[in-house]
Amino acid sequence: MILSLFNLLIFPGFLFLSLFGLAMEFVDRKLYARMQNRIGPPWFQPFADFIKLAAKEEIIPEEADPVMFRLMPVFALTAVVTAFFYIPLWGTHSLFAFNGDLIVVIYLLTLPTLAFFLAGWHSTSLFAMIGATRTLTQLFAYEVPLFMAVLAPALLAGTWSLSEMTVFYQVHPAYAGFNIIGFIVALIAIQGKLERVPFDIPEAETEIVGGTFTEYSGRLLAMFRMAIDIEAVVCASLVAAVFLPFGFGLGPAWGFVIYVFKVLIIIALLALLRTVLARLRIEQMTIFCWKVVAPAALLQLLINLILSGVL
Amino acid sequence: MANIKIPIGPQHPALKEPESFSITLNGETIISMDMRLGYNHRGIEKACEERTYIQAMYLVERVCGICSHSHSTCFIQAVEEIAGLAVPPRALYIRTIVSELERMHSHLLWLGVAGHEIGFDTLLMYSWRDREVVMDTLAALTGNRVNYGINTFGGVRRDISKEQLDGLLKTMDVLEERTKYYIEVASQEMTLIKRLSGVGYLSHEDAVKLGAVGPTGRASNVDADVRRDDPYLAYKDIEFKVITDTHNDVFGRTLVRVGELMQSYSMIRQLVAKIPEGPVTVKAPRKMPAGEALSRYEAPRGEDVHYVKANGTDKAERVKIRAPTLANLQSVAKMMENNRLADVPIIIAAIDPCFSCTDRMVQIKHADHGRQETLSWQALHAQSLEWYRKQGVDFADLNAKMSRRMKI
Repeated sequence: MILSLFNLLIFPGFLFLSLFGLAMEFVDRKLYARMQNRIGPPWFQPFADFIKLAAKEEIIPEEADPVMFRLMPVFALTAVVTAFFYIPLWGTHSLFAFNGDLIVVIYLLTLPTLAFFLAGWHSTSLFAMIGATRTLTQLFAYEVPLFMAVLAPALLAGTWSLSEMTVFYQVHPAYAGFNIIGFIVALIAIQGKLERVPFDIPEAETEIVGGTFTEYSGRLLAMFRMAIDIEAVVCASLVAAVFLPFGFGLGPAWGFVIYVFKVLIIIALLALLRTVLARLRIEQMTIFCWKVVAPAALLQLLINLILSGVL
Repeated sequence: MANIKIPIGPQHPALKEPESFSITLNGETIISMDMRLGYNHRGIEKACEERTYIQAMYLVERVCGICSHSHSTCFIQAVEEIAGLAVPPRALYIRTIVSELERMHSHLLWLGVAGHEIGFDTLLMYSWRDREVVMDTLAALTGNRVNYGINTFGGVRRDISKEQLDGLLKTMDVLEERTKYYIEVASQEMTLIKRLSGVGYLSHEDAVKLGAVGPTGRASNVDADVRRDDPYLAYKDIEFKVITDTHNDVFGRTLVRVGELMQSYSMIRQLVAKIPEGPVTVKAPRKMPAGEALSRYEAPRGEDVHYVKANGTDKAERVKIRAPTLANLQSVAKMMENNRLADVPIIIAAIDPCFSCTDRMVQIKHADHGRQETLSWQALHAQSLEWYRKQGVDFADLNAKMSRRMKI
């Protein structure tokens, strides 16, 4: 009981995740800055931002639904933290596992996006509502490719459990090489899920001010920012577990180092993507996702279907 | 989905200055746009009439923060024409050098802003880093980064040394190399091209009809440039190409500006090679003879027009400033047609707007019935007193007390 609570709240639960998320935000911002020829923030900047934001006054618009307005940040934060427990990190077994947890993780990762949508919708401000509809439009574009991309390795492993998948790839490490298309698709989809350039359409500041979060301030906004930071780590962990299933058998200490390294690589790739690209328009984004990314994910599914028959 | 109206401005992250664009949307598609100016009226023209010519010159330089040299040179040209001053050729060359450097920093600034508006912040950071090179050069030549203050009636206030001219040539090499890189990026980066081409379409006929000037017009193949058509300063002595483009969209406007950057580098090289020796200023009278003059100048944003009427005193009778943005604003409404909400910032930014330079009057629009009217100074004063009285502060008494004490 006490161990479970420790796992949930301290390590590898909420506290660890928050700190790790903020640290990864720093890595992302620093890399982004260095690639843009800027100096970038000091290491404690995300922490300082979070503390300062949390100490600020919260303003809830008169027109907004106060219950939904307050609930949505908590909802988003809870969903991403829960998803983390089902992902194998430094061992082949996650904290909790059952057959089918892969679907649950993807479902839990969809929830924050829905929370963003509802938060924007219930803010009842023009910019927030446009941001909310864009969030939802974008969700339909990247969610299916992401689902298919993550499903393909599972197909090859013949299991719907993330933990069993990692065990399978532990036995056949070479098979992970077949999933390279899926890896790229997942990276692109995650960039969309995290709403970063080129897919930061729902919160494009030059067009619709703050998008979904226009009306949010203070502690509630801090919670949203934290949810997004944690979501980045959780998504990176999911991609690492599914597509980079290496180094699980080396014990917890080395396993942890390798896990952090893998997350760093994925965060660096995502930072590179947002450095070199310009923001797309919403219709360009959906066309790109359905005409390029989704067929690529289908191709990966097809390859793995054939492989699972042959191997 | 029903039509919705969203306000871009007066306060909006995409706009650097307050101006109001009210956009009617159907989903993400723009149906129509309504524009209101006048949030930044500063009364510069009137202030020029209240000041001596030399004071007005410094004021005119502050019409715009980016094309400060354009406005001051344009004003000075008009006054010098009235006074019949023969400006020494070396002074003209120095003015031309500063004017081309100003074009460079303005276009590099625009490139960065355009990048930011389409969410390409890397371009912003890179081009603004390179803009610093130009700013430092300007600071070294004139002593200031923005309001250079190099002009004076009858010439310039500072000479440029031989070493500075050599340094200028080296700077041009650096900038040319960087600009070539931007041309490569602009012609190859897929997301950039996707966001720029086909956006903000302005056909050649519309550009002519709506009177688009500068890079906005030239990107719609309007082959007009005051530097070539009506040479002023030292432009008749140097060779350059007027860059035009047939894309008619934001992508074309980008190409025109980047092309003009390359032309400016070659112009600076020619100016440095040809600059004559001699004095940099002649004595100008304090009182200008009666007369009037109209002066044209190709500012980075397009044709700038100043009109000055002198009455024989040391103050101008009338000063009229037409900033290039005013000529381009009409075409913005046309460019908006059939575009998407996401393109609004880049379409507005593509004319390189300078709203506070443009505003010449304020018009009050009543929030309740929408009628427009102008307010006299007395009415505005009375209204402000009334507003504060409602808040519980009575300034009428205070003003009376203050004026008694200060004996105004």
